[in-house]
Amino acid sequence: MERSKRFEVRSRRPVNLDTFVAEDAGLGLVAMDSPNDPTPSLTLVQGRIVEMDGREEADFDTIDRYIAAHAIDRSVAEEAMALPSLDLARHLVDISTPRAELIRLLSGCTPAKLCQIMSHLNVVEMMMALQKMRARRTPGNQAHVTNWRENPVLMAADAAEAALRGFDELETTCRVARMAPFNALALLVGSQTGRGGVMTQCAVEEALNLRLGLKGLTTYAETLSVYGTDDALRDGDDTPWSKGLLASAYASRGIKIRFTSGTGSETLMGYEDGKSMLYLEARCLLLVKGAGAQGVQNGAISCVALTGALPQGVRAILAENLIAAALGLEVASGNDAMSSHSDMRKAAKLMLQFLPGTDFVTSGYSSMPRRDNMFGGGNFDAEDLDDWMIIQRDMRVNAGIFPITEDQAIAVRRRAGQAMQAVFRGFGFPEIRDDEIEAAALAYNSDDMPDRDLVADIAAAQDFLEGPLTALDVARALDESGFADVAANVLAMQRVRVVGDYLQPAAVLDADFAAKSAFTDRNDYLGPGTGYRVAGETWARLSAIPQQQTAAQMVPLTSGAAGVRLLPRGPAVSGTRTDEVVVGLGPAFAEDLDHTLCGLSHGQVLAALTEGITAQGLVPRFVRFHDTADCGLIGWQAAQLSGSGIGIGLQSKGTTLITRKGLAPLNNLELFSQAPLLSREAYVQIGANAASHALGRPPMPVPVRVDNMSRLRLIVHAMLMHKREIAAVRAGQAAEDLELGFDA
Amino acid sequence: MPDHRDTDIDPRRRESSMLPEDISLDALRAGGIEPEDVTIRRRTLDAQAERAEAEGFPQLARNFRRAAELTAIPAPVLLDLYEKLRPKRARYEELLALSQEVTARFDAPETGAYIREAAEVYRTKGLVRD
Repeated sequence: MERSKRFEVRSRRPVNLDTFVAEDAGLGLVAMDSPNDPTPSLTLVQGRIVEMDGREEADFDTIDRYIAAHAIDRSVAEEAMALPSLDLARHLVDISTPRAELIRLLSGCTPAKLCQIMSHLNVVEMMMALQKMRARRTPGNQAHVTNWRENPVLMAADAAEAALRGFDELETTCRVARMAPFNALALLVGSQTGRGGVMTQCAVEEALNLRLGLKGLTTYAETLSVYGTDDALRDGDDTPWSKGLLASAYASRGIKIRFTSGTGSETLMGYEDGKSMLYLEARCLLLVKGAGAQGVQNGAISCVALTGALPQGVRAILAENLIAAALGLEVASGNDAMSSHSDMRKAAKLMLQFLPGTDFVTSGYSSMPRRDNMFGGGNFDAEDLDDWMIIQRDMRVNAGIFPITEDQAIAVRRRAGQAMQAVFRGFGFPEIRDDEIEAAALAYNSDDMPDRDLVADIAAAQDFLEGPLTALDVARALDESGFADVAANVLAMQRVRVVGDYLQPAAVLDADFAAKSAFTDRNDYLGPGTGYRVAGETWARLSAIPQQQTAAQMVPLTSGAAGVRLLPRGPAVSGTRTDEVVVGLGPAFAEDLDHTLCGLSHGQVLAALTEGITAQGLVPRFVRFHDTADCGLIGWQAAQLSGSGIGIGLQSKGTTLITRKGLAPLNNLELFSQAPLLSREAYVQIGANAASHALGRPPMPVPVRVDNMSRLRLIVHAMLMHKREIAAVRAGQAAEDLELGFDA
Repeated sequence: MPDHRDTDIDPRRRESSMLPEDISLDALRAGGIEPEDVTIRRRTLDAQAERAEAEGFPQLARNFRRAAELTAIPAPVLLDLYEKLRPKRARYEELLALSQEVTARFDAPETGAYIREAAEVYRTKGLVRD
């Protein structure tokens, strides 16, 4: 087979490690709009739903029954179903139709109707709609905190750092189920060391999950998975009614829950019934709403690579987030499981939720390196944090993570380790040593942690679970060891359970432990000037990334080491020596600035030029121009003064040209505009070439490095140095001859 | 329905009347806070249900009302209720009996009705134990 070298190179790009599959409705391989999807319809008889999406009541499956009985608002259904889907789609995008009105109308829609509405929207329109329909005004984010060695010190340190970074919720799970009590404890202590009010969960089976909640170690759960066909639901060993009861059971213990669903799961399980993934997800979402859950994590979740393998799969994922939000549900919008090998493709997909903002932009940002991620690897890991924060700063978007300094991170990690040590000591658990705390403070991943006796930890974790100790005892132990602030935060997490406000839709806790929810922090977006805006202190924090430097830090006034002294020797006049080359220097040269962009001192540059000129048997004359910072003009004036007619223009940042008397100011013999790419050897050759031009010899090529990134890297420095040069300009001040004094 | 075995894991032996603002570090130091003081209460969930209803979230309100009822049911019993509602775990008559027992013994009429509704669906959809 013929191979194009370009195709070959592209075939090795990360994106081509991803899998792409053609649509096949028979196998459920359709993201949206399957030919097998029903046409929207609804028949009500005396307030009872007797037909829905082409199916008679007698033929309803259990999900249909549940949706018809609990989810669809029958008081608005006839009105909503009579409205053209296109009109509803336009209302979703229209900034003058309020969120509440859309929730009212969409609550009367059938699954097929919801999908038909989505079919009219392109992704930009869906993003517009999601911005308006998100439940909470302020966007948020959730982090995953796990480590494969189940080290409780590292887990507490990671939790503390994630909390300090601004995550509203932290989720852990375990590799060894019996470590769950310690993982939940580490998450609680760590999170409340980092920032009071962060909610936590430990994803384990329901009975254990509930027990961790009863001990006050966790505040929320999102383990309630649902699927969009009866067969898939039954495969998961549940019914709509069992899941609904479980939701109420959690609420009865003051534990916030959200359901989990997402496109692709039914197809993966083999029970998709030939329907599109989005249609089945719409059924899930109505089930979730019918069960009375406040919210859902969806967006394909762990099936993202399956939905994403299909045409318009990523569009369908955005559509499912939007349907959930439009039904009034809190949305934790996926972006947690690995979605692509390609950073570009991952980032592009992320933007669909990142830019409009969702209640939780990810349903688990991997706050540690991938190897320690016990959820099967994160889509975005500890390594990607800076990219995330810089994109937020670029776009003035709050996607729920705030920059912190290295010092802050180390300090909070160390303190979380110490707090855990205090609790373990107070409870008589296996000792946490100081060297473990230090390792956790500075660790990259769990390989950096000293070994612990896992058997002893597991035994203690089981005693903890079976015994009487609760979060109140955790607070007591912390308080008695001098961690009164952490103790107060742990206690406040118990107090808010009594209040129950965090059970409201999309609730997270603010710094005062007050719930910010769809009821208290209403998304009031109605176009420009309304809704959530990144401003004030939030913007100050988001924009002040540690990588940011001030102009003074980037270009110090002088380094104090120009490597040369330029001694004025009177006004420069036209030369008569035909063997001279005049080197014109910018006004700040070796004064306010003393290094070029390529890192050479001004002394090194002048020495190199001198070397090149004298090697050809000519003599340099150095002249400072005070009246211009323009390289072309400096060189042009130098040529006017030069007895040979050849002048070199040299700006302080290193930009250089060679010109001849008689040429127009912008018409040069040679121009070296990319100062960062020059070197000592280049300046020697520039000097030699200037002399060659004077002698009528052919010039030689100047060695210039090829670095396409130099402009990107140094454009700010170049601009600041040029500003400095301009500031040194003295209009009307005559050019001066200079004598060079090189430092020893 | 099993007895209240293993109720130690559930601190809800009585409904506390401690006010949230009294749950302070000083009170903890004085030994004045017990685990049941920091559990959610039936009336709190009823109040949250009213709030949800007023905000236009009727399903959420119903969930909170069921949750309010479930506060009286010990965790092991609660988990058993959930287990019984999973596919093919209970016969139709068992579910009806469960519904009546929950309603009467724990003053949980909404939950009882919910279980009864499930029983009717399960019977026609092959979800009851044979």
